[in-house]
Amino acid sequence: MIAATGIDLRLGAVDVLAGAQLCTRPGQVVGLIGPNGSGKSSLLRCLYGMLRPNRGAVLIGGEAIESLSQRSIARAVAVVAQDTSADGIGITVGEFVLLGRHIHRGDHQGFTDHDRRVALDALALVDLSGFAERSLHELSGGERQRVMIARCIAQQSPVMLLDEPTNHLDVRYQHETLMLVRSLEIDSIVVLHDLNLAGRYCDHLALLDRGTVVHQGPPENVLRSDVLEPVYGIEVRRLADGQHTYLAFGPPSL
Amino acid sequence: MSAQHEAATADRAQSASSAGWDWSRRSTLIGLALVSVVSMIVAIGLGPVWVTPPTVLRIIGHHTIGVPEIASWARTDDAIIWEVRLPRVLLGVIVGSALGVVGVTLQALVRNPLAEPYILGVSSGASAGAAAAILFGVGSELGAESVSSMAFLGALGALAIVLALARSTGRITPSRMLVAGGAVSYLLSATTSLLILFADSTEGARAVMFWLLGSLANADWSTLPIGYFGMGVGMVLVFWWRRRLDLLALGEDTAMASGVDPGRTRLILVVVVALCVGFAVSLSGGIGFVGLAAPHIARRIVGPIHRHLIPASAALGALILVWADVAARMALQPRELPIGVVTGVLGAPVLVALVRKLPHNS
Repeated sequence: MIAATGIDLRLGAVDVLAGAQLCTRPGQVVGLIGPNGSGKSSLLRCLYGMLRPNRGAVLIGGEAIESLSQRSIARAVAVVAQDTSADGIGITVGEFVLLGRHIHRGDHQGFTDHDRRVALDALALVDLSGFAERSLHELSGGERQRVMIARCIAQQSPVMLLDEPTNHLDVRYQHETLMLVRSLEIDSIVVLHDLNLAGRYCDHLALLDRGTVVHQGPPENVLRSDVLEPVYGIEVRRLADGQHTYLAFGPPSL
Repeated sequence: MSAQHEAATADRAQSASSAGWDWSRRSTLIGLALVSVVSMIVAIGLGPVWVTPPTVLRIIGHHTIGVPEIASWARTDDAIIWEVRLPRVLLGVIVGSALGVVGVTLQALVRNPLAEPYILGVSSGASAGAAAAILFGVGSELGAESVSSMAFLGALGALAIVLALARSTGRITPSRMLVAGGAVSYLLSATTSLLILFADSTEGARAVMFWLLGSLANADWSTLPIGYFGMGVGMVLVFWWRRRLDLLALGEDTAMASGVDPGRTRLILVVVVALCVGFAVSLSGGIGFVGLAAPHIARRIVGPIHRHLIPASAALGALILVWADVAARMALQPRELPIGVVTGVLGAPVLVALVRKLPHNS
């Protein structure tokens, strides 16, 4: 369980977060939504120690993040970040997923057969059995994102944070990726831009505006025109087809 | 056959195939180590006086494990092998290995395939220190090894400045390291040029130039243990943190989320590799290309995982430098070429060939 309360973050001369709060929910997918520049990724990065807030508390399993080593933080939290550095180095899918086991071994220790088994199981879970020898840069965007999630599964941390995992994916892969996240039933926080995807795959939403979480709750309570219009500055309409509710967006209200 | 059984069979096949791949890389590493050892023995025998490999081995055996002296080798052969060529090749092996390992480490730390041992500005510090010693006798109270000692002090000074600059605004990031290293490098290269200008000595300028381009000619038994200890410890420390390098190469956030603090790891490894470079440059001058070419060739042979990449790059660095030294001392006999000229001439086409084979999206 991760809980962040009263987070203030200043980067350079910019106040990025102002009293933001967010926490995981047992077995649920929490969606973190908000306009560009509202501080979504920054808040997420505070949760795994990449950014240190100027004020406020991040608690991991009830302990202050400052009191934990980076290794202890990683034992509690796995992250699908927006890093793309791995793509160009020629690493194989198997090697990449196996690196998720780092926190379970000392720096000098090699990976064991158990680690290899866990990595292969993680690949099987994301439906990529047989991909271990493939180069990461050969994969499609959707396959690549599933590999990123497989590495987190292999890490076996009880919480998963995902920073815009559907970026650059076509609509089919966007749905597949989020269906996969949901099927894992791990406490997760997902930063998302697409409000319809957020509504469909998240159990709980937190709406961030200028560094502050302005609304939290079940999707039907947050994805309302009276909540979204002042934050995004556009017209929002809800459409229903009997099974699902969709949001349609009008031009910016100038 | 049930679906579960099929999946288990596929997994076992995959495990076996992974193990096979791992074994092939291990075999490659063993092969590289063997080629390096054979190269050393052949290289020791090569020179104006040719000594056969069996004789080389007997002479080394005679001095180390008491193999009895036999009449088949002359006293001069013994002196050439034991006093001149063996220390020279041993220095080439440790300096080449260290440059290879430092190159691999820095390429992971700054996530830039063009990173090489001299980007930290440490070699420019060493050069300025050596130039001050050669041209103005600075540090002459340090004794016979005043040039090496001053070079090492210069390297330490440069490292201190780079770290102070790179850390002045918080965590050490790849770009801060590159910019700080570049700034210090320019400043200290200018200092070396000024020293040469003010010394107004053609002979001194030639000596500094030869030193700047690197040479193994100053190898002797008195300085080898220091070099082996300094660079050996550095390489062991880098290998100890091999998986941290794998994770750093994946990006800051991924490393952090995998339990590796990029700032702290980078700081410690930069100090370790900078000291390695300090030892290497102080003993053999500024030998270029080895630290850039060896990691690239190694990566093509054993892949990007540092467990294999570090030893492969060390072996290739040693191989390149030992053979470059053979070329340097034999190409224009009796004159000796600076080794940096040889590594430059040989290294450039190798790198061009490697660049042409890089995947389009890397």
